[in-house]
Amino acid sequence: MTNQFLFIGLPYAALFVVLIGTIFRYLNFGFKVSSLSSQFLESKELFYGSRPFHWGLLFLFFGHLIAFLFPRSVMLWNSVPIRLIILEVSALAFGITACYGLFVLILRRVRNPRLIKVANKMDIVVYLVLTVQIATGLWVAVSFRWGSSWFASSLTPYIRSIFTFTPDISAISSMPLAVKIHVVSAFTLIGIIPSTRFMHFLVYPFAYLWRSYQLVIWNWDPKKIRTSRKLFNGVRSRNN
Amino acid sequence: MNIRSQISMVFHLDKCIGCHTCSIACKNIWTDRKGAEYMWWNNVETKPGTGYPGKWEDQDIYKGGWEKKGDSIQLKGAGKFKGLKNMFHNPNMPVLEDYYEPWAYQYEHLFEAEEGDDQPVARPVSLITGENITPKSGPNWDDDLSGSTDYARNDVNFKDLSPAEQEAMFQLERMTMHYLPRICNHCLNPACVAACPSGAIYKRGEDGVVLINQKKCRAWRMCVTACPYKKSYYNWNTGKSEKCLLCYPRLENGQIPACMHSCVGRIRYLGVLLYDADKIKEFASCEESELVEKQKSIYLDPNDSEVIKAAKENGIADSTIEAAQKSPVYKFIIEWGLALPLHPEFRTLPNLFYVPPLLPTMAFVENGTYETTSDSLWGAIENSRLPMKYLANLFSAGNEKTIEVVLKKLMAVRLHRRDETVGDLPEKEISDPMGEVKMDKETANEIFRLTSLPLFDERFVIPAAHREEAMEMLESTADVKGNHGFGFKEPPKRGL
Repeated sequence: MTNQFLFIGLPYAALFVVLIGTIFRYLNFGFKVSSLSSQFLESKELFYGSRPFHWGLLFLFFGHLIAFLFPRSVMLWNSVPIRLIILEVSALAFGITACYGLFVLILRRVRNPRLIKVANKMDIVVYLVLTVQIATGLWVAVSFRWGSSWFASSLTPYIRSIFTFTPDISAISSMPLAVKIHVVSAFTLIGIIPSTRFMHFLVYPFAYLWRSYQLVIWNWDPKKIRTSRKLFNGVRSRNN
Repeated sequence: MNIRSQISMVFHLDKCIGCHTCSIACKNIWTDRKGAEYMWWNNVETKPGTGYPGKWEDQDIYKGGWEKKGDSIQLKGAGKFKGLKNMFHNPNMPVLEDYYEPWAYQYEHLFEAEEGDDQPVARPVSLITGENITPKSGPNWDDDLSGSTDYARNDVNFKDLSPAEQEAMFQLERMTMHYLPRICNHCLNPACVAACPSGAIYKRGEDGVVLINQKKCRAWRMCVTACPYKKSYYNWNTGKSEKCLLCYPRLENGQIPACMHSCVGRIRYLGVLLYDADKIKEFASCEESELVEKQKSIYLDPNDSEVIKAAKENGIADSTIEAAQKSPVYKFIIEWGLALPLHPEFRTLPNLFYVPPLLPTMAFVENGTYETTSDSLWGAIENSRLPMKYLANLFSAGNEKTIEVVLKKLMAVRLHRRDETVGDLPEKEISDPMGEVKMDKETANEIFRLTSLPLFDERFVIPAAHREEAMEMLESTADVKGNHGFGFKEPPKRGL
């Protein structure tokens, strides 16, 4: 029963909340979508915290994503021992990097009175969830070896079953406690995206890459002013 | 030819008395809020000095503006690759210490303190943490401190001056200073717009005002780095960047920006310039020595029938063209050639021009000291107290010739007016300087008039904004009569 709640109920609740919540927040409280950078108030420690944390998490996220999307390719890669070791070691390295970054960030937040002023209640939840997530991740990496292989063979089918609406929790139920906590906190993390600063990674500015550098916006098209002779329906400008 | 109109400004530095009224007017209207206390969209600095934020002109530190690369230009400290790479931590961003920690005094304590042996005092408290602090720097901490070790000696514009020249400028007898009021330049080639990953910053097509869409800003902070003038500020409370908006709600109503309206010295002029938008990239990428002249040539003559025709084809209203013809700014910059952009070498093509100060250059130097006993009132420009090189580093990317011509013109006007009002100078002493800069008496009188005795409507020529036409496109105005729809629909509250 607990397993069903944690591995079926929670994932669906989290996915539902994140889907509806992020859209709702983006459309109704657009002003509140921001990365809420605190670099202006403290920059030096941020460098040692933010960079390792973000780069570490970025690689880990894409690692998990690849194992989920292409499990067979991952297994094939891992069939040669040296390649398996390279993958495992680099995953662990990124885990440690992210963990170190998070540790610096939390310490920085707690010690600096300016940063406490700009912290909110949900930030405590964010730090808590991230700590549990990264700590259990490292625990799994160290105690239950060759995770990249058994993730692809056992966990990918479970996650895929969630997305295909045919939840099958037989594999996850028999997993060790560390893995279970890791999965539960992962779905918790997804579920709190709309109500925390996690929102900011959903608005990552990909469009910047193909946009032209200069941006000129007209409140109205000066060549298309409506006159009594020339009536037409206006087009709302992009910044209105 | 792609003609657009641009609201442009001229600040006459000889007239600035450094009273900071402009800064206060701006602060009261726009930045007297939590998170914005440290922002001075308008500030006045003393030159030589380090300015606000400290050493903002030093792009080795802040990496603002554009730099030439081959035939083109690229952002110095931001852009597609550098910007996205530095998103997690921006190494070139000024922090609170580069500005100052805003504070307020606890005046309530004077009234509410418990009775005791000591007189109650109003202690300064930080507006960020609320704790007691001792203010150590402020937005105009360098006020009148030209020659001081902390400020003047760290001025970046001394970089090309020899140590002897620099040392001379710090001698009490030779010291000089002038004020430099600064607002956002609303550039033609804005680096902040180019650096914004979210696309939140944009230039308004109608009048060229550069604005930040507060709903789209995601606090990636690249604009703060990219703006070489450091006129984009990060609001630490809302997590959004903010900048001078040239009081556009006032402009649209035909009022002038608050800083200009309140200016005690009446140093500020505002008007429309027509420019060719197709030339921006080309002119911003030209050789450094050509920057000033190229930028001037991007602005078109509003009386030229070809220009008027092209402007009308581009949908520019007749009222705007008319305003451009009467623009005091056009006269100062193009017709008379008296106003220069601040630091053109940043290549943003700024639209705020300065008439460089003549007064600190007045009187000449003999045997290393300031000569006060000579018969002639004015010394030669070349021997002035303030090295030409210093002014050139400020206003003409190091080109002394450009500055010299402007100062000689200003001097010619003075000599001519002295001749008209007092008439004690020999003919040759007036005709020579006038002839050297090819100025006739009518022009000199016109310059004098617009400099010293201009009426309000001569200093500020604002084109009608035609918002009513814009509105017509969006909705039937009669249907929404009596409704209101202004300001934030969503309160500007910090997110989670």
